[in-house]
Amino acid sequence: MNKSLLTIAGVIATVSILVACGNNQAPSNHTIPSGAADAKETPAAAAADPSEYDPKRGEGKFNDGNLTLGALNAGMAEKGQSIAATKCNSCHKQTDEKLVGPGWKGVTTRRTPVWIMNFITNPDPMINKDPEAQAMLEICLVRMPNQNLSDDEARNLLEYMRQIDGAK
Amino acid sequence: MNKSTIIPGVLVACFALTLGCKPKNTSTAVSGDAASKVYVAPGKYDEFYNFVSGGFSGQLSVYGLPSGRLLRVIPVFSVDPEKGWGYSEETKPMLNTSHGFVPWDDLHHVEMSMTDGVADGKWVFVNGNNTPRLARVDLKTFRTAEVIELPNSAGNHSSPFGTENSEYIVAGTRFSVPSDVANGDVPINSYKENFKGHISFVSIDKQSGAMNIAFQLKTPGVNFDLARAGKGKSNGWFFFSCYNTEQANTLLEVNASQRDKDFIMAVNWKKAEEYIKAGKGEKEKVKYAHNVFDESTQTAVSEIKDEVTVLDVSKFDDIVYFIPCPKSPHGCDVDPTGEYIVGSGKLAALIPVFSFDKLQKAVADKSFEAEKYNGIPVVKYEAALYGEVQKPGLGPLHTEFDANGNAYTSFFVSSEVVKWNIKDLKVLDRVPTYYSVGHLMVPGGNTKKPFGKYLVAYNKITKDRYLPTGPELAQSAQLYDISGDKMQLILDYPTIGEPHYAQAVPADLIKDKQVKIFDINGNKNPYKTAGEAESKVVREGNKVHVYMTSIRSHFAPDNIEGIQVGDEVYFHVTNLEQDWDVPHGFGVKGSNNSELLIMPGETTTLKWVPDRVGITPFYCTDFCSALHQEMQGYIRVSPKGSNVPLSFSVGKKPEETK
Repeated sequence: MNKSLLTIAGVIATVSILVACGNNQAPSNHTIPSGAADAKETPAAAAADPSEYDPKRGEGKFNDGNLTLGALNAGMAEKGQSIAATKCNSCHKQTDEKLVGPGWKGVTTRRTPVWIMNFITNPDPMINKDPEAQAMLEICLVRMPNQNLSDDEARNLLEYMRQIDGAK
Repeated sequence: MNKSTIIPGVLVACFALTLGCKPKNTSTAVSGDAASKVYVAPGKYDEFYNFVSGGFSGQLSVYGLPSGRLLRVIPVFSVDPEKGWGYSEETKPMLNTSHGFVPWDDLHHVEMSMTDGVADGKWVFVNGNNTPRLARVDLKTFRTAEVIELPNSAGNHSSPFGTENSEYIVAGTRFSVPSDVANGDVPINSYKENFKGHISFVSIDKQSGAMNIAFQLKTPGVNFDLARAGKGKSNGWFFFSCYNTEQANTLLEVNASQRDKDFIMAVNWKKAEEYIKAGKGEKEKVKYAHNVFDESTQTAVSEIKDEVTVLDVSKFDDIVYFIPCPKSPHGCDVDPTGEYIVGSGKLAALIPVFSFDKLQKAVADKSFEAEKYNGIPVVKYEAALYGEVQKPGLGPLHTEFDANGNAYTSFFVSSEVVKWNIKDLKVLDRVPTYYSVGHLMVPGGNTKKPFGKYLVAYNKITKDRYLPTGPELAQSAQLYDISGDKMQLILDYPTIGEPHYAQAVPADLIKDKQVKIFDINGNKNPYKTAGEAESKVVREGNKVHVYMTSIRSHFAPDNIEGIQVGDEVYFHVTNLEQDWDVPHGFGVKGSNNSELLIMPGETTTLKWVPDRVGITPFYCTDFCSALHQEMQGYIRVSPKGSNVPLSFSVGKKPEETK
């Protein structure tokens, strides 16, 4: 009798935990953790400690130590433009007009360079926890796809965005 | 302590209830801990990939073991509208043959590529039994990469078994027929005179996997059933079971069951290879298709080839020997050491086990029967025999092995799996199957290093195992735990088509090599559209090429005008996504064709011939995002000769349109 009560309590506790975890996950259609067996980071686990997250930097491999900007490099911007044509322009215009996602005009003044670099190379975890990205998701309703940008591709795209915003 | 006794008590009670309701039900064979042995928790992975033939579906299915969950069906020899296989312009050539496009086949057997006699996880080879073909499936993409047709053959059943480094995959004809180069317009009852067997040795390139018919052995006309390569000490030899050594051409059920013994044909393939290298083969003018899927262009090319090198084995006295084997042998299986060859005469009441060492001695000593069979020496039965398993069961078909010197043989007629010891030939255990088992499979059970642990029986008859579904029932597989002395039934599950042979390998061998996306920059399809700005519609006479892109959640272009009834419209859809598991689908109303399912970074083409004037919608068929239902477009179809100009757009608002 006692034992069965304990068991029921245990089941309820387990269910509560599972439900709690489920609630923390942002809705997702095609974004799948890389497999329970080797998931490096689950959204739920990361969300458990929001103090770790730096909304100015975002989350990913880039930080002020490994990203430095100088004068605009027109060659890199040109490469960025070509990458955007294949991987980005279906959803983003270079004006301030929203298509599927927001227009790029002014993005380098709204966000820090490291935030942009992290977001375009690591979108899923950031959409799950970044307040600005979540606000955009409420407007756009389509999660920005991970376009598997290499570090170089991302850096060239950033240069292209700076060029659009008039960097010299 | 109380608790732990209560729970099993409840389980036992549940089982008792089940048994009580169905006293005749075969679940009596299942014991209490079966569920925990096959339970793979949500989000967890199975221990083994299990590649299972789809039989008359023509496809290859992939299951997880021990859960029995269906992970994937890989289209091989049959069209698959779900995946556009055989419908898209890129994949149509994969089903080309010397007879033209053949949309179906009967896939029987499965062979993993091997290195040192152990599966290496690169490719799976499968046979087409009807229109004789051999296919290679790439395990990085789980797609069919190559299909080769086999000349001089009819019914590629004795296939696709391979040597211990996959130097060759063999393809032996089930039906002997007149050679392709001979006049085939002969009386059917001239079998003995005009019908010949052919065994193809298809070489496999170690790096690319590319297949090539290196040579064929021309043999007396019999039916070739199954085969196994030697391994270890017997590497260099191949063993083929043969029936209908009576050479009957009608009512084989009776007329091919006359002789007391048929044969296992032992082939010294290294010797045959030497003769071929020495130029002893004859080049024959034949016709067969060789189809290769190029991953960089994502397009298949079918080439019709016209020559094969044939070695007539009756002209050489040291390539081929027949070993008598009781009553229409089916399985012909070589144990992990390479010493023992197990013949399974499907009408025999015993299982003969032959010794490779004794065979070698018999050949050296010429311990042959006085009379050759169609010019081929016949080794004396006793001279090659190691021993016989007495009274094993009825209708032995196939044998697999564990790592502990045990063999497991399936019995169709008595519907059971029998475990026996290879050395002392004693029966150790037997378990029933439900019902009428054909092939069985132990992970690695045909290799030098069996993994053991599980055995799967693939059954021909399902009857009452599942909820009934009218006259046609799924066939079934049954999973046994063979880790202990006694075999234990732990799961059964339905399968696609008819499961013949299968292979299983540890998941780690394959799962980390998976291609997740195709790099859009590496896409060399000539009809690729690298970004929306390049999307366009081009008319060339009555052919219209639509260069279209897809990304969550729209197509570009999504409005097309100026198409005319009778045009040949080719939609070349490039999926610009670069994220795993984000294919887009593409379906067109009224299209006499399938859908497309386009993987990230891939370009795939659908041909459509509009048959009427009006507005035709198209849409994405694979739920891709919250706005998937918005992923659609329209085509305006005008009468033939109309002056509506060709135009296309995406995102153009009405006031911008002229």
